[in-house]
Formats: sequence, structure tokens, C-alpha cells
Amino acid sequence: MQCEICKTRPATVHLTEIVDGQRTESHLCQHCAQKEGVTIKNQLSLNELLSSLIAAHQQTDEQSEAEGQISCPVCGMTMEMFRKQALLGCPKDYEVFEKSLQPIIEKSHNGNLTHKGKIPSGASLAPAKPGLKDRQKMKKENKIEELKKQLEKAVRDEDYELAAKLRDKLKALEQ
Amino acid sequence: MRLNELSTRLSQWFSPQAPLSDIVISSRIRLARNIAGHKFIPRCSEAEKRKILETLKETILSLGELGDIFFIDIERGSGLERDLLIERQLISRNLAAGKGPRGVVIAKNELFAAQINEEDHLRLAVFAAGLNLDKCWKRVNEIDDIIGKKIAYAFSPTLGFLTACPTNLGTGIRVSVMVHLPGLKMTDQLKKLFESAKDMNLAIRGLFGEGTEAVGDFFQISNQVTLGISEEKTVEDFMTLIIPKIVEYERIARDRLLVKDAPVLDDRVSRALAVLKNAKIISSHEAMFLLSNLRMAINMGRLKEISIDTINELFLLTQPAHLQINKGQNLDPEQRDILRAETLRAKLN
Repeated sequence: MQCEICKTRPATVHLTEIVDGQRTESHLCQHCAQKEGVTIKNQLSLNELLSSLIAAHQQTDEQSEAEGQISCPVCGMTMEMFRKQALLGCPKDYEVFEKSLQPIIEKSHNGNLTHKGKIPSGASLAPAKPGLKDRQKMKKENKIEELKKQLEKAVRDEDYELAAKLRDKLKALEQ
Repeated sequence: MRLNELSTRLSQWFSPQAPLSDIVISSRIRLARNIAGHKFIPRCSEAEKRKILETLKETILSLGELGDIFFIDIERGSGLERDLLIERQLISRNLAAGKGPRGVVIAKNELFAAQINEEDHLRLAVFAAGLNLDKCWKRVNEIDDIIGKKIAYAFSPTLGFLTACPTNLGTGIRVSVMVHLPGLKMTDQLKKLFESAKDMNLAIRGLFGEGTEAVGDFFQISNQVTLGISEEKTVEDFMTLIIPKIVEYERIARDRLLVKDAPVLDDRVSRALAVLKNAKIISSHEAMFLLSNLRMAINMGRLKEISIDTINELFLLTQPAHLQINKGQNLDPEQRDILRAETLRAKLN
């Protein structure tokens, strides 16, 4: 395939754009693409990627290790006790042992880490009761999360028209 | 309400007039809840457990919306009473075997049970006959709303309802459907079912048996993921996808048996009937197995002289605690096997 602009060099940049539901395709050579301002996002080098992953991992390890030394100020629970009986001692444990529990929660819930569903109608004495604003915010966040998942799936399935629609919806929600 | 009022009759959720009830025995939805400001049960002192029990018991008993309900003290109840409630699926083995102040509020019609101080402070459950999860969810959600207005639940905006075990975190919902799958068993396809269930993050447990053993081909299918999936979606998956598929496979298996092995099937049924009508001593295990064969045969139109109601009733009446409470005395296993055979002969002849 030849470049659509210079019509001489071979087209190596293939761009599919969907704006307001209109799909346009362009096939350009490297040279013309640059002139047109079509830039391909520099991909993170593999080394950079790896080192950032390892750093994140180390941080988690350090935090988990710190959590391994402490006991919950409310119920006296430790991670070692949890590992033995697989039950926590109080709601606070979910904060105190957040990092150590995360992989366990992720594993039991098919990779999910965020609640979706019912929010208690709210007793007035609830200390952690979300206010109306928080509730609306949570609902919005749930929706955004859902859209993001659908978007990922659409991209995986190469359904770019659906992906574009989802992207527009997401943009509108995030503004 | 005395427990022997329960022990002589059939649970409402065991009714044959319900959606898909030839294969789906019953539906149940339970929600796990904890009260904010209290420790979870494993770290609770006796005094704290007592306080939680009193608070929840009073709150639930005062709800007019629940109709005719009563409280059973599991801490003080006898082992036999606990076993009876387990056999009727109203409490878990875990509650029966627990320690300290604990109990259950039960609706007289047995379609609602609130276990207090089980693994979590509160486990609300609603039951229905056949495949009827929509109804269960609507009802348990309403009850949960009413209690949630009076009591502050432990809840986190990101993690949802906080539970003692992280596996119940989020919605705290456990959707369970009890199914009868003798066809899949006879055609040797249960392994396939277990494998696909595992892929779909479902748990399958045998019912009526000790531990995981499935006596009489009854299985309970439940969801395991409670975080990141809404209650409605969980229920919908069961109603529209999971259970209809299993029912379809079971029907295909039964049809195949009829086409390929009708004489074998009929022979099995006749033998089952002969033993149940004549035995003088019969174990719980054998009775369940034979009753399961009859149940399938009735649903397949191969046995007309006995009703499904009778079979369902016998499933309960021949359980160990039911036998003893109805007799009014403790019996050792040998005596129970004799009484079980008597009960079966009386109902089937």
C-alpha cells in the first residue's frame, strides 16, 4: 500500500480515527505521518517498565512486611493470627493490613478490588456512613469503572466503533 | 413455637409447585452483615457477643414486616434441636458448633432465617421453592434495608460490607440453589459439571451428606465472588445462565437414559421401591439414595403411584434428628435405622 499523501513511499502508519461516530482511516508513510502531526506515542522501554514494576513490588513488600510486625489497635489481630484462622478480628483490620490482604482479596474475588452494589440505606449513627455526595460519587465511580472494563474488552475484541462510543461516554463522565 | 411443630411437617421451600421444581429443589439468598463499632465474632468476648445477640434479636423480633417469627437460642438448645434445624437448612453446622451467645430468628413458614453470631454478626437468609431467586433477592433486600435503617452496618465505600472472612467481602451475598442431578450422575457427567463450575467461580457442595459427600444426588450450587459484582448481576447470572444450563444438561441426560437404558432405569426404580416398601432396617444413606431414584422416576413419568410430596416429606422425616424428635426420645443409630424403615413402610404402603 502506498502513502495516501506522497503516493510514493509505502504506507507504514495505519490510523483509524473515530470522531463523533464517524470512522475514518488513513494510511501514511513515516515521513508524511510526521509532517501531518501523527505521532506514535513512545512506548515505555522494557527496562523502564520492569524497573518500575520491581519498585512497586518492593514498596508493597516493605509495607506488607511492616504490617507483619504490627497488631490491630482495636482488636489485637496480627497477620499471623489471620493466616491461622482465615478470619479477621474487626472492620479496622481491613485498613491496618490493607497491603497484606490485597492479594488475598484479589484472589478470592476474581481480581476485583472495588465494591459494586448495594450501599446501606444508612443508620444515623454509622461512623463511616457515606454522605449523599459520597454516595453519588461512588455510583459515578462504579459507572466509570464499568465503562473502563467494557472499553478494555472492546479494544481486545477490536471493536473500535464501540470503543469510541465508550471513550466518549467516559470523557463525559470524567469531566 | 415448639420445634416438634416444625419436625412433623414439610418445609415450604420443598414444594413441588414451583419453577423447574423437577430439578431445582429450592433457592436461597443470604447476606452477611456486621454491626459497626463491634469486633468480629472470632475476637469478641462473651459479653460483646451477648450484647450483639440482644441488639439484633430485639431489632429483628420487633419488625412487623416479617410476620410470624420466633427466636431459638442455639447456645442453650439441645444437640438434637440444633441438628433438626440443620436438617431443615435453617442454620449452618457452623452456628450449631459455635461457642457462646448465638441464635436464630426463624419465620414460622420457614422462608426466612436470621442467624446471629455465626461467622458474622448477622446472616440474613430468604428461601423459596424451585428456581425463584428474584423473589428471594427482593425480599432479603427489603428486610436488609429495614434492619440497616435501625442498625449501622460495618461498611467501607471501596470494600463494601465488611465481613469476618475476606471471601464474603463486598455485597456479602451468597446465592445458593439446590438441584437434584441423578441423570448427570447416572450418565457419569458430574465431573464435567464440577470442572465448569470451578471455571465460573462457583462452589458445588453435596447436600444432606456429611461434609462434601452428596447423598441422593442433591447438590448446592453457590457463587463465590462477592466483590466487584452487584447483587442483581449475581442473581441474574444464576437465573438466566447458570441454572438453566444445568437444568438443560440434566434433562438431556434423563432423555438419553430413557432412549438408551429405559429397562435399566425401570429396574432400578422397581428395586428401590421394593426395598423402601419392605426393609426392616435401613441407613440414612441408603434411604436417601433410593428416594432420589424414585424422585427422578416420578419426574420422568416412570412412576405414578407415589407423589413428589410424599418423597419430599420422606427426605426430611427420615433424617436422624427428625426421627428422634418425632419419636420424642434419643435413639442410637441402630434404633434409628429400624424407625426409619418403619416410617418409610408406613408412608409408602
